This record gives sequence, structure tokens and C-alpha cells, in this order.
Amino acid sequence: MAKSSPFKGLRSNIFAGFVVSLIALPLALGLAVASGFPMVAGIVTAVVGGVLVSLFGGSYVTITGPGYGLVVVLLSAVAVLGDGDMHAGYLYALSAVIISGMLLLLFGFLRFGALSDFFPATAIQGMLSAIGVTLLTKQFYVMLGDMKTKGTVLELLAAVPDLVFSLKIAPAGQLYAVGLGVISLLIMLFYSKITNRFFRLIPAPMWVILLALGFDAYFSITGGENPIDKKLLISLPNDMLTSVPTPNFSKWKEPVFWGIVLSITLVSSIESLLSIKAVDKLDPEKRRSNINKDMRALGIATIVSGFLGGMNVGTVISRSSVNVNNQATNRSSNFFHALFLLLFVIVFQDQLGRIPFTSLAAILVYTGYKLTAPAIFVRMYRIGKEQLFIFLTTLIATLLTDLISGILIGLLATFLVHVLLNKAFWLFSRNLLKPNVLMYKENETQSYYVGVIHFCTFLNFYKLKAKLDKIPQTQKVVVDFSLCSFVDHTVQESLHNYEELFMRKGGVVEIVGLDVHETDSSHPFAVRTLRPFQNIRVFGRGKTRRQHQLEALAQEKGWKYEESPKAQKNLLRDHLGYETTSVERVYNQLSSPNKDLSLFDITYSEGVFIAKESVQTTLLRVRLKSPVPVFSFDREMLLEKLSHLAGFHDIDFPEHPDFSDDFYVRGNDPKKVRAFFTPELISFFSAYGFYHIMCNGSELMVRQFLRPASPAEASAMIAFGLALKEKIDG
Amino acid sequence: MHKKEYNTVVVGVAFSPNLQANAFEALRMSVLFNASLVMVHVGEKSAEKEKKLEKIIADFPEALPPYTVLWKAGHPVEVLLNACVSENADLLILGAIQREGLLKYYIGSVARKLTRKCPCDVLLLIKPAVERIPCSYAVVNGLADEKTEETILRAFYVLSSLGATRLTIVEEISEEDVAVKVDDDRSLRKSTIVKERIRLREKSRVERILTHIPKQMTAAVQHDIQPIFGRRGYSIGHFARVKRADLLVMNAPQANSLWDRIFPHDIEYILSDLPTDVLIVR
Repeated sequence: MAKSSPFKGLRSNIFAGFVVSLIALPLALGLAVASGFPMVAGIVTAVVGGVLVSLFGGSYVTITGPGYGLVVVLLSAVAVLGDGDMHAGYLYALSAVIISGMLLLLFGFLRFGALSDFFPATAIQGMLSAIGVTLLTKQFYVMLGDMKTKGTVLELLAAVPDLVFSLKIAPAGQLYAVGLGVISLLIMLFYSKITNRFFRLIPAPMWVILLALGFDAYFSITGGENPIDKKLLISLPNDMLTSVPTPNFSKWKEPVFWGIVLSITLVSSIESLLSIKAVDKLDPEKRRSNINKDMRALGIATIVSGFLGGMNVGTVISRSSVNVNNQATNRSSNFFHALFLLLFVIVFQDQLGRIPFTSLAAILVYTGYKLTAPAIFVRMYRIGKEQLFIFLTTLIATLLTDLISGILIGLLATFLVHVLLNKAFWLFSRNLLKPNVLMYKENETQSYYVGVIHFCTFLNFYKLKAKLDKIPQTQKVVVDFSLCSFVDHTVQESLHNYEELFMRKGGVVEIVGLDVHETDSSHPFAVRTLRPFQNIRVFGRGKTRRQHQLEALAQEKGWKYEESPKAQKNLLRDHLGYETTSVERVYNQLSSPNKDLSLFDITYSEGVFIAKESVQTTLLRVRLKSPVPVFSFDREMLLEKLSHLAGFHDIDFPEHPDFSDDFYVRGNDPKKVRAFFTPELISFFSAYGFYHIMCNGSELMVRQFLRPASPAEASAMIAFGLALKEKIDG
Repeated sequence: MHKKEYNTVVVGVAFSPNLQANAFEALRMSVLFNASLVMVHVGEKSAEKEKKLEKIIADFPEALPPYTVLWKAGHPVEVLLNACVSENADLLILGAIQREGLLKYYIGSVARKLTRKCPCDVLLLIKPAVERIPCSYAVVNGLADEKTEETILRAFYVLSSLGATRLTIVEEISEEDVAVKVDDDRSLRKSTIVKERIRLREKSRVERILTHIPKQMTAAVQHDIQPIFGRRGYSIGHFARVKRADLLVMNAPQANSLWDRIFPHDIEYILSDLPTDVLIVR
């Protein structure tokens, strides 16, 4: 692939940069104010981020600038470090920003890119929602014209009714501003519901700005004065581009300073990583971002931004998705977004001073609401009650303490839930440090096999991830959990990401072996556990993706799908090589309308004396019209395991030496078997040599792997079965 | 010249419920290898125990191999080690312990010490059985190690003696060998190429080893080579488990310092969670 020129698609990138800058401008201003930073800090962050990350970054269509999550951390940093003095706090906070930039740079060099993979997905969601609640509450006060909010989030939430009632006695200068704020919030909330093309030409945050400017213009045209209280209008200093604040590093000895540095770094990197991952899924050219390189660029940009008085530079999802929607193709759009932003501030400096804080706050109230919307709670509950518990624990813990403690409590809660679900601590303690992932390329199919044993949760997902990252996404991968006792939600959600990433590039990730795991939720990403020697789960609750795919396959073929067909204990008894097996379960059965063909998953153990775990596999049964000789056919002599005691022998085909060399055909009546294998049948069997076939005289049993077949493999098996039946039955 | 055949097999017998199964397995192995068996009992000899053992041996359904019973008191590890040396043993058979209620097997501290110190090959059986379970499929390591050739040769010998038909030589390629870190599409392409190169190189190395092994041995056992990517010593156990192998043949560990035990590697993983029967080739 040729390296794409940065000038390719320049026009569309300039346009995308322009549209993004329209959203970025109000956000940059609002986020800076909400962080307790001077207004200009937001612009500095976005401009420095846009320029430096577009030069050094490793992602393609992301937009960088001030992030939502940071607002909350930075605000408390300013308050705590400044001890009430906002300006002093700002200078201290700048030094924290710079050091966190250095940490990000270090993380990038140490390849810690996957930092967010070490936290449970639900706990991260809980932390983000806590940030949302904080943002929502604090900005709600600002939106109603109360600029001097103090106290914890919970106190503030409790005092909201008082705040609303206090509006009754508020001066007119405040009420106008509040009115603008409330209308702005309504615009934000209902923008997505409005389908008018002209209205949608301009992004919602820009409408908010235009509304405020229009309000101001109305008064200046009619000759009056803007009735909004001057204190509620934003003010940009005249020397804003020339005066650079000096960061104050003198607090570096205090532990609280380092706590703040850690929180900033954690939130900034988690927010950026989640955004980069999400944007990768949007990229129309399906490129994979170099996360570590992007982290380094974000680190550099954050350091520079801090020295220039700005905030942490992060990758931001909403601006990035607008970027993609406007046909951005490479990093230059990020650069142009920065350029336009700078241009706006210089050209429209005067106009910007006419926007009330309440309008900007409305944008952030909406953002905060998005992070903690009721839909998120519902989704958590659907995945499982325990996920809701983890989510709420993290959310409340974060609100009551701080981000770092909150996420750590969430992590602990997740682990405890896992231990309780499995009723076994040993599963984790004994196997945590053991490597648990095996990867190899299957010789027969050239697809990648990734097997996982013991357990797979957020604690050790990085091991599985490392393997998956090394497989070209154009390939076929089968992830097998049949030997893995416990798989958590974080892993399933991340695997779903991989499924999408591979699908976009023409590869396939298929997950097998989860169908017998127990779950008490109907969500496909619910935790699944395999508790040894317990009653098998009640079928019918919570199908896995594979089960849904198998059901779809059955529908497509006009077959019948049964998740849990009637017990068929003696299914394998009269089959060569399976005489001593005991069938534990048959499930996920697909059967043809006339019942001649059926494909099913099966769990069986190879006789009482065999000490190994039972086998989970997929078999295809083909009923034949007329009797044929008893035989077995395979390439690897695997079926031979028990039958060689029973007087069966290898059957040679002198006329087909290649076939005889490559395959093992066994039977108790060589003559009849030789007669049965016509040259036509021999060439057919050779072409499908990767199947193992057993025939008991009236039906054939076909198997490919000693693991459950993926839906695609199942489909291929059915096609093979149909062809085979036609060949034999004629 | 390497010794290529097992002439003397040593097994420790204890009067546990597993006695019959252990004894039968050992007797059967000795028959299959055409070797003589030395049963070592750690503890005092008593008429009752002797009678019980004789009764069990008499119950053995096949023709008995030449066997002797040694009764020695002392520490089990020392007694068995001394027996291996004095009897000039070629193979020591040990039984694994099953974890309560689970299909997990590990070896106890005595067996573990023996595995480390034993001068001869060690066969660890996960579930000794009274009735014979034929061994048909084995996995052997193909590490880049000077012992490997010997190990593969021994695997062929053991498999043909046991009547097994299929062998997979597993080449473990550790991540460190693939020096390319995967960050984006370009480094992924590079790493895929490097991997393929290593795969071919390792495959030709194993194939070269195979040419040194007598034809009649390689012809009797169907074999293939499978490169796998994962932690050395560990992944092969996982592979054997996934493939439901009946026997896993491994090189003996090299060094056994305290360090190795704190940071388990190679064989230690397999000993703490046996995937199947394991033969350790010294």
C-alpha cells in the first residue's frame, strides 16, 4: 500500500475541519470555563492539540482538544491546589497538566496503550457516568445563572429545588441569560429529532452560539443595550494571544498534587483510548490507529498546551465523529480544525464577548446528560443485575470520593462479583499468573485458532488481546472458550469489537464454546460461567451470538432450530470408535424438514475411564435411504482410538494408491467397503478430506474438529452433508 | 550412544485405593516395552502387605513381565531416587493427584521433587486405570534445544511400543522471537512476515531432525509438525489439552534454581496442571 499523501483529498479535509471547528469553538470555551480555567485555555488546548497531534499522531480521523471527563478533575484540581484562589489554582493546575503530559508520553513509550483494558468495562462506564453527573449538576447551576457553586455533587443535587425557586427573585439581567440557556438546552436535546435540512446544515452547538449572537444583534440593531448582566457574559482578555501564564511547580512535593496528576492522566488516557477505538470503527478506510504513537503525540501536545496555559489534550469522540461524517480522510482535518478555531477567535473576538455563560453551560448540561442517560442504566441492567451493581457502585463511589478511588472500588466490586458468581476464589488466585491463551494456525483450514482456558476476565484479557492484535484482520479466527470456566462482560464486549473490526476488513472472528456456559441474563454480552458439576443451565435464557447465528442459518435453509432437543443418550453408541462414549448433552440442533440431515452440538465423554474433560464438538448426521457397509473414514486415524480392539482393519484401495496413502478407511467387511467406494465417491471424499466420517450402515456421522464448529463451518458442513447424501443415495 | 530402549521400569507402590490401577499400569508398560519392572515400596515390609500385592499381581490378565519388589524404609524421594540409580532404571512411573471434584491433575511434592532430580525418564500418569486405555495420539515438543532430537526419537520409540499411531511435533514460538511489535497495519504486516519466516525456519529444523530418525520408526507413526505461538512450555500443554492428546512428551527442564520455582516456566506450568499423561525425557 502506497503511503497516502497528506494533500490527498485536501478539499474535503479542509471542509471537515471547518465543520468541526464550528462545534469545537463553543465546546472549547465552555469546557475551559467549566474547568475553572480562563476561557482562552480551551482554545489553546484545541489549537495546540490539532496542530501537534496531526503532525505526530498515529490515528487518522480523530479530532483532539479539551475533553469532557477532564473538566471535573481539572475543576477540583484548581479548587484544591489554589485553596480558594482561582488564579493561583490555575497556575498550579497547569504544572499538573504538564506532568501528566510527561506521563502520557512515557506511557506511549512504554507501550501502555492498552491502559483502559485493565479496567472492567462496567466500572469505566460507571466512572464516566459519575463524570457526567458532576458535569450535569455543576453546569446546571451555571445555566441558571448561579456562577458561584460550591459543595459536593450530592449537596448540589439536593439543593436544585432551592436554586429553581430562587429564580423567582432573580434580577432581569439574569433571567434573560437563563432564558437563553434553557432554549439552548432545548435545541441540544431536540436537534437530532429535527429533520429540516437547512436547520441541520449547522451543528447544534453552533445554533446555540448563533442564538446568543442573534439575541445580542437584535438589541444593537434596535439601538438598545443587551439586557444580560455583564457578569454573565464571557469575556476574552485583549492580550489573550500574547500573555502566557507561568505554570507554578512549587506544589510538587505535596502528595495531593500527585493524586491530581494521576487522576488527570488516568481520565485523559482512558477518554482518549476509548475515543480512538470508537473512531477506528468509523474510519471509512478501515485503518488501524497506532495507539502508542497517538499517546506520545497527545503527551507532547499536553506538555506544550500546559506551558501555554491550556488543558490536557485528548482525543474526543463527538467532534471526531462529526469529522468522519464530513468526509475527512486523514489527520489534516484535525490541523485545519485548529486553524479555523484560531481564525475565529482572532476575527470574532468582539462577538464572542457577547455570549452568555448560560448558553455554553447548556451545551455541557446536555453532554453531561448523555454520559449518564437513563438508557445507560437500562443497558447495564439488561446485561445483568451484577453489572448494574458494579456500575452503581462505581458511580456512587466516584461521586463520594474521587475518580481514582472510585474506579478502584469499581474494580474491586467487579472482582468480588466474579468470585461470588463462581463461588470460587481459587479459580482466579490459582490461574491468574498462568498463561491462558494458545494461538496457532490450524494446518487443515489455515484459519487461526485461539484457545482460552481457566478464566478470562478484565484481569487477564490483555493476554488474549495481545494474541488477537497479532492476527491480520483479513483472516479467519476461531476463539474457543470451551475449556474456559468463566468469561466476563468486559471480555465479551471487547471481543465484539474485534468481531466488527475483522468483519470490516473481510476477516471473521467467531466465538465458540460459550453456548453451554451459564448466564442469568438474555444479553449476548452477559457474563458466562461454567461451574463444574452443577446442574446445567436452563436452556432458553440468553442465547449467545453463535446461537443466534445458527438460528439464522436454520431459517435461511428452511431448517428447524432447536436449542435443546430431546435427550438422545444412545446417539453415538452404534458408531465405530464411539462405542464407549457417553453423551452428556445434545444442543443447538438444526434439522432438515424431512429429518434426514441434522447438525448438532454435542458434549460427550470418552468412556468412564478416560480422565480428560468431556469433548464439545459439532456433528452432522446424515440418514441414508438404503443400507451401506459399516466403515469409518478419516485422515488422522483419530477415530481409531477404541475401535482397533473390535476387529476392524484398515482397508486398502490398490487401484487408488494416493487415496490409500492419505486416508484411513476402516471397516469389518473390506470387500463390501471397497465395492461401496466407487471412483466417483473416492474423489469426492478426497476433496473433503478434513471431515471425519463414521458410518454404522444406516447413517453417517460427520465431524470436523474436536471443538464446536463456528457458524460458517457449520454451514459448510451442511452443504457437504447434502452433497454427500446425494452422492450416496443417488 | 544414547540408550534408546527401556529395559528397566521403576514404579513406586503405596497401599492406597489406587494400588491396583498403579500396579496394572506399570505392569502393562513393562510388557509393552519388553522391560523388567521394579516395584518399590517405601516402608516396612509386612506379610499382610506382601500378600495383598501378590494377589493384585496375580490378577493381572496378561502375561507378567519379569518383576521384583523392593521394600525399603526412608524418605520416599530418596528411596525412589536410590532405587532408580541402583537398578539402573530407564523409566520411572509416577501417578498424579486429582484436584478435589475437578478434572484437574497435578503432581504432589514428592513426585515433583522426583521429576526434578530423577536421572532417568519419568512418566506421569494422570489417571491410572485397571483396564487399558489405548494411547493413540501424542504430542512432543520440538524446541530449539540440543535435547530435542533425543526427545523426538524417544517419542517415536515410546509411541511405536505403545501402539500409538499419531504424533504431532509442536514447535513453540515465543513472542520474544517475533521481535516486531504490532501497533498498526504496517507493523502487523511486518510481524506476520517475520512469523511466517520463523515458522518455515523452525519447520525445516524439525524436518532435519526427522531425517536423523530411523525410517522404520517414522513410517510406523503418522506425524505432522504444528507451530504454535505462546509461552514456552505452557502452550504445548494447552495444545495437548485442546487436541485431546493421550500423551505429552517433553524435554527435561534444564536448570532448577529457586528463581525458576518462583517464576515458573517451561515444565512447571505443566506439572501444576497436567493436561494428559506426560513423559519427561532426560
